[in-house]
Amino acid sequence: MASHAIEIKSLYKIFGPRGADYIEQVKSGLSKAELNAKYGHVLGLQDINISMPAGGVMVVMGLSGSGKSTLIRHINRLIEPTSGEVLYDGVDVCRMNDRDLREFRRHKTAMVFQKFALLPHRTVVENTVYGLEIQGVPAAESEKRARYWIDRVGLSGFENHYPNQLSGGMQQRVGLARALTNDAEILLMDEAYSALDPLIRVDMQTVLLDLQKELKKTVVFITHDLDEALRLGDKIAILRDGRVVQQGTGQDIVLAPADDYITAFVKEVNRGRVINVETIMKPLSGNPEGMPVAKGTVLETAARAMTTAGQSTAHVVDEANRPVGTVSLDTIIAAMVTPTSHDAEAQQAA
Amino acid sequence: MALCDSLPALLCKFPALSDSTIRAGRKTIDDGFRAFVRSYSSIIDAAVQPLQVFLNFLERLFVTSPWPIILIVMLVIVYLGSRSVRVTIGTAIAMYFIGLFGLWNDAMVTLAMTTVCTIFAVLLGIPIGILMARFDRVQAVVNPVLDVMQTMPSFVYLIPVVMIFGIGKVPGMIAVVIYAVPPMIRLTNLGIRLVDKEVLEAADAFGSSGWQKLRNVQIPLALPTIMAGINQTIMMSLAMVVVASMVGVGGLGKNVLGAINNQFFTVGFLNGFALVAIAIIFDRTSQAFGKRLQKHSEVVHG
Repeated sequence: MASHAIEIKSLYKIFGPRGADYIEQVKSGLSKAELNAKYGHVLGLQDINISMPAGGVMVVMGLSGSGKSTLIRHINRLIEPTSGEVLYDGVDVCRMNDRDLREFRRHKTAMVFQKFALLPHRTVVENTVYGLEIQGVPAAESEKRARYWIDRVGLSGFENHYPNQLSGGMQQRVGLARALTNDAEILLMDEAYSALDPLIRVDMQTVLLDLQKELKKTVVFITHDLDEALRLGDKIAILRDGRVVQQGTGQDIVLAPADDYITAFVKEVNRGRVINVETIMKPLSGNPEGMPVAKGTVLETAARAMTTAGQSTAHVVDEANRPVGTVSLDTIIAAMVTPTSHDAEAQQAA
Repeated sequence: MALCDSLPALLCKFPALSDSTIRAGRKTIDDGFRAFVRSYSSIIDAAVQPLQVFLNFLERLFVTSPWPIILIVMLVIVYLGSRSVRVTIGTAIAMYFIGLFGLWNDAMVTLAMTTVCTIFAVLLGIPIGILMARFDRVQAVVNPVLDVMQTMPSFVYLIPVVMIFGIGKVPGMIAVVIYAVPPMIRLTNLGIRLVDKEVLEAADAFGSSGWQKLRNVQIPLALPTIMAGINQTIMMSLAMVVVASMVGVGGLGKNVLGAINNQFFTVGFLNGFALVAIAIIFDRTSQAFGKRLQKHSEVVHG
């Protein structure tokens, strides 16, 4: 089962009874505020172009009202777009007929919801088989698969509990198990962890990362929490007022925020967990000194390793163990604590 | 009067149609309807014949079965429904007193009628309620019809019903069902419309068809409200048995009617209380049953 990339191309969504009538005006520059004032229609999304990596985690981040939940609902077309394309494996989801769309939802996508959206009258195992039941998979088979995933998300022993008897974190584990049991290539997570306590949230992030290592699904994860976005996302898109303000890797965003809005977001981030050593390394001058540090190691890990080893210099090695640069403990710590001095180095490295 | 003396007549007396016009119109409609009933009476009779037979059969089944069997069956049903010893014992006591005062057979007639009417109302009401919840246009049409059904005095619609079907159980049943079905329809509609949008969205996201959504999500989640509708329907069909007795339905209602006509104070109250007792039995059993269906929502995580 190979996952494919999801390509979103010039996607627009205007909410209101006659949204399609105003699409041309919006395309030629009518703003969200003007559209609302003049015609009483709400511009949900404008000119979204995102390429979501196959088999990777795409995080869409934004504050409430930024259109992130609207965006994720276009991927399985729970919301009809006003114009634009959502391509998966070469097929435009927006042009599917009802039957094809239903098949697409049944076999290609699975979704996890912010408020869990479990069926209260069904037990954990009955909730988990829901997707397979809809597909018409025989009961014995689907229950076997459901039990496997209930076990994987850590809910063994709770199979016959009702959702009401579980805590929020456990309910969301059921939501995750329900989505995973579907065995779909795309996993859509709409603020899946936003309703959970911070500790449980980190716990659930770990569950997702561990599972993703072996599953390699195309995950679309919606969040308003930058730390969560940076931890999970192979690629991050930041949405504001229905528009993509910046997209790229977590490092791209932390090192070069596109505008003040994102700068404000990024300020509070633990940079040591986002920035990689190769971003701040200096070119080798002479022989590699100190201990080797693998490319892709984040600063915090590198600093910890160097401190433990009692060394103040290290050299960065690539996948083939060839030295490619050098870092010192000072530069690492400087990069972790001082955002401004760091931009110059980032550009230098690039 | 003084004001009217100085005003034109048009402003003082409402410009009604003339008596003769109204009389002519009334006569045309009445005669037309009568002619219609007369020419189709044999077809109508044939059409309701099976229903008539079924109602007679059920009534005879209730009345002629030995009372201990009926009582045991009833207590078993009440216990299975409510799972409550208290309600079951209460039922036994109530039925004992009904029998003691010589109202057993009448109570059985009423019980048979109510059972049939409730089943009809539920079978008719749930699908209509589902359609209403599904299509706003159906709701727009059905809602005013329900308003008429609930506010029109039952004696009024009994006139055409009696003209068409004559006196007997069938018109009685129609009157009861017309009166008892609106809450069933309304509460089914309401229950389905109140189903959590998020859960519905989840069902959509997994690719449920309309039927799968109805069966797996909407009906189960609307069940508490639908059960309240069934409960209301039972209560209303019991309330209607007195009116139904006017068109020839026997049972406790007929005794009450007789008591009203003859000012039999004791007879009226005895039969009235018997009706109340049956109503309470139905109510407690169906409520407890409904609550038991919702057991999963009781244990809330702290």
